[in-house]
Amino acid sequence: MRLSCIVNGEEREAENVWEGESLLYVLRERLGLPGSKNACLQGECGSCSVYMDGVLVTSCLVLAGQAEGREILTVEGLAGEDGLHPVQEAFLEAGGVQCGFCTPGFVVATHDLLQRNPRPSDAEIREALAGNLCRCTGYAKILDAVRLASRKMGSA
Amino acid sequence: MEFLQPSSLWEALEAKAAHPEAVPISGGTDLMVEINFDRGRPKTVLDLSRVPELGEWAPENGHVRVGAGVTYNRIVAELGADLPGLAMASRTVGSPQIRNRGTVGGNLGTSSPAGDGLPPLYASDAEVELSSTDGTRRVPVSEFVTGPKRNVLRPDELISAFRMSRATGPQQYAKVGTRNAMVIAVCSFGLALHPEWGSIGACIGSAGPTPIRATEAERFIEGVLAEGGLWETREPLNDAVLGRFGEIVATAARPIDDVRGTAAYRTYAVGVLARRSLGWAWDEYRRGGP
Repeated sequence: MRLSCIVNGEEREAENVWEGESLLYVLRERLGLPGSKNACLQGECGSCSVYMDGVLVTSCLVLAGQAEGREILTVEGLAGEDGLHPVQEAFLEAGGVQCGFCTPGFVVATHDLLQRNPRPSDAEIREALAGNLCRCTGYAKILDAVRLASRKMGSA
Repeated sequence: MEFLQPSSLWEALEAKAAHPEAVPISGGTDLMVEINFDRGRPKTVLDLSRVPELGEWAPENGHVRVGAGVTYNRIVAELGADLPGLAMASRTVGSPQIRNRGTVGGNLGTSSPAGDGLPPLYASDAEVELSSTDGTRRVPVSEFVTGPKRNVLRPDELISAFRMSRATGPQQYAKVGTRNAMVIAVCSFGLALHPEWGSIGACIGSAGPTPIRATEAERFIEGVLAEGGLWETREPLNDAVLGRFGEIVATAARPIDDVRGTAAYRTYAVGVLARRSLGWAWDEYRRGGP
């Protein structure tokens, strides 16, 4: 089937989409957007997190056809023309990145958290990021990054 | 694979009548795992995510009717006052990403005894609304689920909603798992106090082939409350009564050993959850909570 949706503000079309494939597969393999990572394929790890119509979802659990006509925002769409998004800067500055595989998912989930709750408590940060797994940094610096992003966005 | 995408409930029911083999998908949190791992490849998938009627809820004569497609996140945000037990259970489901997609309709359709949405429905005698082009029937949730991943849904039917009484007393949901998020329950427990009827609803999750109403424990505590006039006096429940309640709940469990826990652990833990839940709910009632 053919799939059309708006991805990072642009109308995109994919041809020959198999009805059983996920939005994640479409993004990575058909639309050339490999920022969203493919790891667990069962919604456990959060590394494929994207927005669909403004709602944070794991794109591996969205059936391609469900995204028809929807607005998708991926990690590639967060940076503006004048550079990285403050959440991305904060992950770099705080060292919240080690191998980097989980980072896109954490960045998108953090972006979602700070949109809803600009000054989250530590407990709220942990709760909001409970669906994102990191197997190398140990989370301390990721939490630092979220706190830093919150400060950056608050002063912006 | 055929992909059907109705845009109204009637269209969805017509599609299901024409394609009884079609597997419904809403949030995809169960079905997509099956497809991604090639454990099952449905011939036909029926996407319910664009059926507006399924995403609505409304009060109805002291009850709340909730469309099968209302997500856990919305239940937490919108139904915490009317359905506090279900809202508490919804808060324990998965992660924000999962709660943004998953639905109670999906829990019902999957009919896993570990579904977090189910014990609160049992504890408040919810009815499941099943629709087809021939009409709608309502089935008590305890008759809807017949075994692990089995239910009475006919091939031409869709789960359109569930309906349960609005809370008139405190409710609780407690769950054992290896962490505070992203876990399938090792065991769980849902409790609802119904002061206006002098009754208690208690349901065990993930410790039997289906969620199990702990009816003997319900009668026990209802007797204690009635005999002591405690609904009126709001006096405390002593530890012996709470402990006995937990013990009787545990006798109703019918768990198995599996990767998440042993039967013995589940039986013990569900008794602890029951004892604590009753203590928390009764304390809330004593403070004059709902």
